[in-house]
Amino acid sequence: MNWLRKKIDAIKPHFEKGGKFYFLHSTFDAFETFLFVPNKVTKQGSHIRDAIDLKRTMSVVIIALIPALLFGMYNVGYQYYKAIGQEASFFDMFWFGFLKVLPIIIVSYVSGLTVEFIFAQIRHHEVNEGFLVSGMLIPLIMPVNIPLWMVSVATIFAVIFGKEVFGGTGMNIFNPALLARAFVFFAYPKQISGDLPWTYGLTQGIQTVDGFSGATPLANAAAHAIERIPDNWTLFVGLIPGSIGETSKMAILIGAAILLFTGIANWKVMISTVLGGLFMGFVLNVFAVNPFMEISPITHLLMGGFLFGAVFMATDPVTASQTETGKYIYGFLIGVIAILIRVLNPAYPEGMMLAILFMNAFAPLIDHYVVEANIKRRMKRWNQTTVKS
Amino acid sequence: MENKESIFSPKIIKTFLGPLNQNNPISVQVLGICSALAVTVQLKPALVMALSVTIVTGFSSLIISLLRNTIPSRIRIIVQLVVIATLVIIVDQLLKAYVYDVSKKLSVFVGLIITNCIIMGRLEAYALGNKPWPSFVDGIANGMGYGIILIMVGFIRELFGSGKILGMSVIPDSLYQIGYENNGLMILPPMALILIGVIIWIHRSWNKTLIEK
Repeated sequence: MNWLRKKIDAIKPHFEKGGKFYFLHSTFDAFETFLFVPNKVTKQGSHIRDAIDLKRTMSVVIIALIPALLFGMYNVGYQYYKAIGQEASFFDMFWFGFLKVLPIIIVSYVSGLTVEFIFAQIRHHEVNEGFLVSGMLIPLIMPVNIPLWMVSVATIFAVIFGKEVFGGTGMNIFNPALLARAFVFFAYPKQISGDLPWTYGLTQGIQTVDGFSGATPLANAAAHAIERIPDNWTLFVGLIPGSIGETSKMAILIGAAILLFTGIANWKVMISTVLGGLFMGFVLNVFAVNPFMEISPITHLLMGGFLFGAVFMATDPVTASQTETGKYIYGFLIGVIAILIRVLNPAYPEGMMLAILFMNAFAPLIDHYVVEANIKRRMKRWNQTTVKS
Repeated sequence: MENKESIFSPKIIKTFLGPLNQNNPISVQVLGICSALAVTVQLKPALVMALSVTIVTGFSSLIISLLRNTIPSRIRIIVQLVVIATLVIIVDQLLKAYVYDVSKKLSVFVGLIITNCIIMGRLEAYALGNKPWPSFVDGIANGMGYGIILIMVGFIRELFGSGKILGMSVIPDSLYQIGYENNGLMILPPMALILIGVIIWIHRSWNKTLIEK
């Protein structure tokens, strides 16, 4: 480690003011702080600094995403070999999925970071580290068949219009990863809805065995083919068609445990989102008029991207509500709206993406009323005590 | 004769250039947005709309300016509306007669030119207090400032949304064969809003005087 530090210190002067590579100073800074925890101290006033900075926080989220990613790779291979009706070993399946998923991850990181570096350079900012997580989330919520150029276009769109126009990391209104998915969803609907995109090769027209359909459990539910939805255990383990990282609830829960244990993600948002989903599931059961509405709330939680959204997207500290009470309301409404869209709107089989984006827009409003209510309550108390004395 | 200005005096040229850049009705004043979102899915309706609005703003400014000393100020809005409505009906009939398909596409938006804030704004702000020739130039220039933005947005939306320009395919088939697809988001209204936002962004970074302190 020491020689690396020395190496960096040796080339550092070139990037400081007056050096010949000054125009690349943001880039240099980004790599330096990525490799070593910066030893910057505040110059005036007193501030409490946490031992863990933004880059380290983001790394923990990446670690939490790894179980879902690895399982997603395995599942890509599993679905492929199931579709063509071939036997394959665990390693074959994983390797096949690895080769299909890796390009998507690389494209997502390269295009997103290019935009980030360009903006940081133009604006003389530090490079924002927020994209480290978005760049990993984007591949996990894409179908495996997605053409790589679409991943690139969607990522660039999401980073520019989701983040940079608002002022970069920490200022965004919408979750950039979900924005990328929403972009693909509305711009290229053929690639991200229906039965074909979720299993590798189906859109390219590979030969499948008889009776194989790439329909996701949610698509089956929307078509009222309830008997084709796998049992809860299969849904939980996640050997089902779906976006790369969302299928295995088991892997997502491992990630959730990491996030909660390290205190990176907020448990209030997670719990209330799940409660909101269960609540809406019960309400729909009570008023059920078709088979989709009769599906048990537990199955609802296990289908589609609900848990993935609840654990990794809804908890995004920037776009969620900032007040503690607000977090309960925010999460609960995400759960309610997600199930509502899923069941009652036939055009959108999965409601989680739209529900989170929708509530992102409302988070500041929720915060505003929570703060107002707090002020009112304290004013009232203050008035009472002053009248008494 | 001394105080009579020539028809292309520097002042007139300034009146003409203002709305095209410094004082653009859409990208600076943010007026007339609804029609800009609605008619820009394709380039042709956008062109026709731009032309119609330019004609209506130009001639209504001219007429109001000619009448400006005889209009009682209490009923001036009604008079302005009558003039604009008359011109819009004439334009509407012309469109129906000569470019029926475009007229169908524009549907109510031709009629809604009457309520376009740009026209009323120019009449109130300029034509009521200026001579006919400068008023006419001002009206035409504002219509063109509106039109330029419409044409830019229409061009981008038709090119990326349906791969065509003025109804002719410009994206080669070979590109579609290697996996290119038209962007469905371009056809939806939100994209027009984003594109106008981008135009405002570019305009402001190019013309620094527009940035508010």
